[in-house]
Amino acid sequence: MSEHVEWSDAEAPAPSASAAVTPADAADAARLVAFGLQPKLQPARDQEYTELLRRYREDPPFARLADAVAAGLGLVVLEVSPRAGMAVTAAEDSVFAVRMGDYARRTSADSGDRFLHGLAHLAVAAMAFPRPEDLADDGYIGRVSVNGVDAFVRQACHRLEERAEQQGENTDPATEAPGLEAAWRIWARRSSTGATKDARRLAGSTTGIVGKAVAFLTDSGFLQRTGDDNGGTYRTTARYQLQVRDMAGGAAMAELLELGVVPVTDGTPTLLPAEETDDLDLVADAGLPFHS
Amino acid sequence: MTSPASTDSVPPQLSAGPRPAPGPAADEGLARRLRALACTAPIHDLDARKANLAGEYSVYGMAEIALAAIDLVTLNMDFDTGADHDQIVARLLPRIAAQAPQRPVAEHERVARWVLENLINVGSVDRGFRAVYGTFAPDGSYVRRDYDFKLIEEVPGYGGSVYLRTTDEAVNVLVGALDTDVTSAQIAAEVKLEVLISRGRLADAQLAAEQARYRTVQYSETLRRALEATRRNVRAVDWLNAVPDMIAEALDHVADRYRHENAILTNIRKARDESEDPENKRRAAELVDIVKDCIRRHTQLQSRLLEAGPLFRAEQDRQAFATPMTASGIDLYGHLVAPVLPLPLEQALRVTDAFFARGTGLRTPVSVRVGDLVDILLTPPMEREHLGAEMPEPDLIATPDDSRFSEEQLAAAMELLDLPADAPRRLSGLLAQARRSDPDLPYLVALLAVHAASPPVGTAYRQGEGKLLFAVDDGTELEDPEFGGADLIVGTALLDAVGMAADRTEAA
Repeated sequence: MSEHVEWSDAEAPAPSASAAVTPADAADAARLVAFGLQPKLQPARDQEYTELLRRYREDPPFARLADAVAAGLGLVVLEVSPRAGMAVTAAEDSVFAVRMGDYARRTSADSGDRFLHGLAHLAVAAMAFPRPEDLADDGYIGRVSVNGVDAFVRQACHRLEERAEQQGENTDPATEAPGLEAAWRIWARRSSTGATKDARRLAGSTTGIVGKAVAFLTDSGFLQRTGDDNGGTYRTTARYQLQVRDMAGGAAMAELLELGVVPVTDGTPTLLPAEETDDLDLVADAGLPFHS
Repeated sequence: MTSPASTDSVPPQLSAGPRPAPGPAADEGLARRLRALACTAPIHDLDARKANLAGEYSVYGMAEIALAAIDLVTLNMDFDTGADHDQIVARLLPRIAAQAPQRPVAEHERVARWVLENLINVGSVDRGFRAVYGTFAPDGSYVRRDYDFKLIEEVPGYGGSVYLRTTDEAVNVLVGALDTDVTSAQIAAEVKLEVLISRGRLADAQLAAEQARYRTVQYSETLRRALEATRRNVRAVDWLNAVPDMIAEALDHVADRYRHENAILTNIRKARDESEDPENKRRAAELVDIVKDCIRRHTQLQSRLLEAGPLFRAEQDRQAFATPMTASGIDLYGHLVAPVLPLPLEQALRVTDAFFARGTGLRTPVSVRVGDLVDILLTPPMEREHLGAEMPEPDLIATPDDSRFSEEQLAAAMELLDLPADAPRRLSGLLAQARRSDPDLPYLVALLAVHAASPPVGTAYRQGEGKLLFAVDDGTELEDPEFGGADLIVGTALLDAVGMAADRTEAA
């Protein structure tokens, strides 16, 4: 704590000489950031948190101080509001950043697994915010289920397979060039579930991978579990929307554009419902829960 | 039901390909056949590998068991669930036992599980098979390709259970194409049911009824998915033609099936009551339950169908007439998921990695103290609970006992009212007697007496009770400090329990 105090003492006089920053202010600012580091904490449940949030919004020098504390710790402030709280996320290379190798051990050795875990997170977000408007609308609450996410990715893979077949392509990948294999094949090939000795979800199956993703996002305060149907149902929080909209979506888009892929859509939503034709591909509980 | 004899030991990897085909078109046909051939390899492989099992297993025809297993899974899977793992093993046992009758049952079961696990290929992370074959690319170069396939796959079922399904490959190559139309399948199942019942074959009728129920569930599932898609995006569903047509069709279906199944219900009830054989009686009773469940599901489907229209309009209001957002929203599916999936893995990884790195939020780093670490390392591993997590002790709050009268008072009142059949008494006398023992008791006595004015004759009749409390008003005024009204005559009527029992059987 003393570190912050020294640092803010040195920095604070520069922008505004009028309001001197006291160590108590710095402590409060750091406390607000500390609250932000507990993503599952609801602002409305903690009076001190609510009070600090109010101060952030009403007291610009305090807000600047809190922003500076966050930046110094390697955090990016997404939003500070009563609904999302002090929504901070890890900057790249910050000590708070999540690394894929820590997230799932197999991913460091197997690029296929690394892709599956990454795609699972992307698919959860796509399912949670099916329309561009949903991502933009602050009041929107998305709902996802584990089996629903798996079924929807499989459906997309199935369409690609059909399209390749119609064009008469041989989609079987060349041996010994795993990096050139079309990405969808990796999801399609992986079994969606599997029996295990202890009746837990098979970790390597696609529902296991999606299940891990949603559990992790729940721990990040991005999702809230609402039920056990369909392999587990969840709803999104304001923080998740901010994270996807302001951080993840843009970063992934930038990467895609760098690869020379420019997705062109006319602004209408493209996520279509599952087709009714391939009943053999339909798994039980694949649909999403009713919600009203 | 045996595999072609000539392809006795086809290696899963067809390394040195046949002679180069003249052109890509012929090569494509070759590739197709190579793939079809590859699907049979795991079956042959079973017989080749049975020698490696600990024990003498050469008596078992593994390929035969494998094909039987695939048939069983195919026949047992329906639209909503697949086949149950244990069920398949159980049904395989007779065939395996016939192959080696002198061997113990435990070994038969081991063989069944071994075959089934190998068809799933439990050992591999994808739980599938891979064969390598070579083709000529359009530019004339020779390319080796991986062909990945599954024969039996595991799918999630209700409540986290795992079911087995045969894949398209297995069905096409090893079973022969199946084509089922939902509607016709239901009609067929019901016609079959009626025939079976009319011939008194109830065991088969039960199977057919269960199948009919799955068809019914299938309809609900179709509708449910359309409604879900509507909730997400009204425009994703064709509400101009497709869905209204589907709803009209489904409503017709419900009306039709409802009539049909009620007719069947009547028939089975008759079969149930007329049947002499207790086993048939039991089966018919079960069948009644199944058909009742079908009818319940139809009713459920119908109520959902009726909700569909209002739901569409509400969602249309919410989605189409909402003020348009000005933000430059990313269409996560159209802009990210759809373009990423066809990319080569190497490139797709960059996109998913970028999303993962910024989409997972933050984790506060954990710093470990050496003292804690020692404790953690020395802690014995947790016993995994087979029964799931322990139920938390429910926090029960004692509800205040707000009964007007206590149990003792009720007992006292019942004793007071336990009158001999030939000596009815006036209510006034009873009240006075009750008041002497407990000032609160007269209220209970009065209440019971008023109830006795309309005695539950029907209930007593059905339950075959021996006597019944009754009260009659003969016009006398009640003279009492606390109560007013008629001074009822309270008495006990003896009932003819044996006669009533005889009556009941006659009436039924």
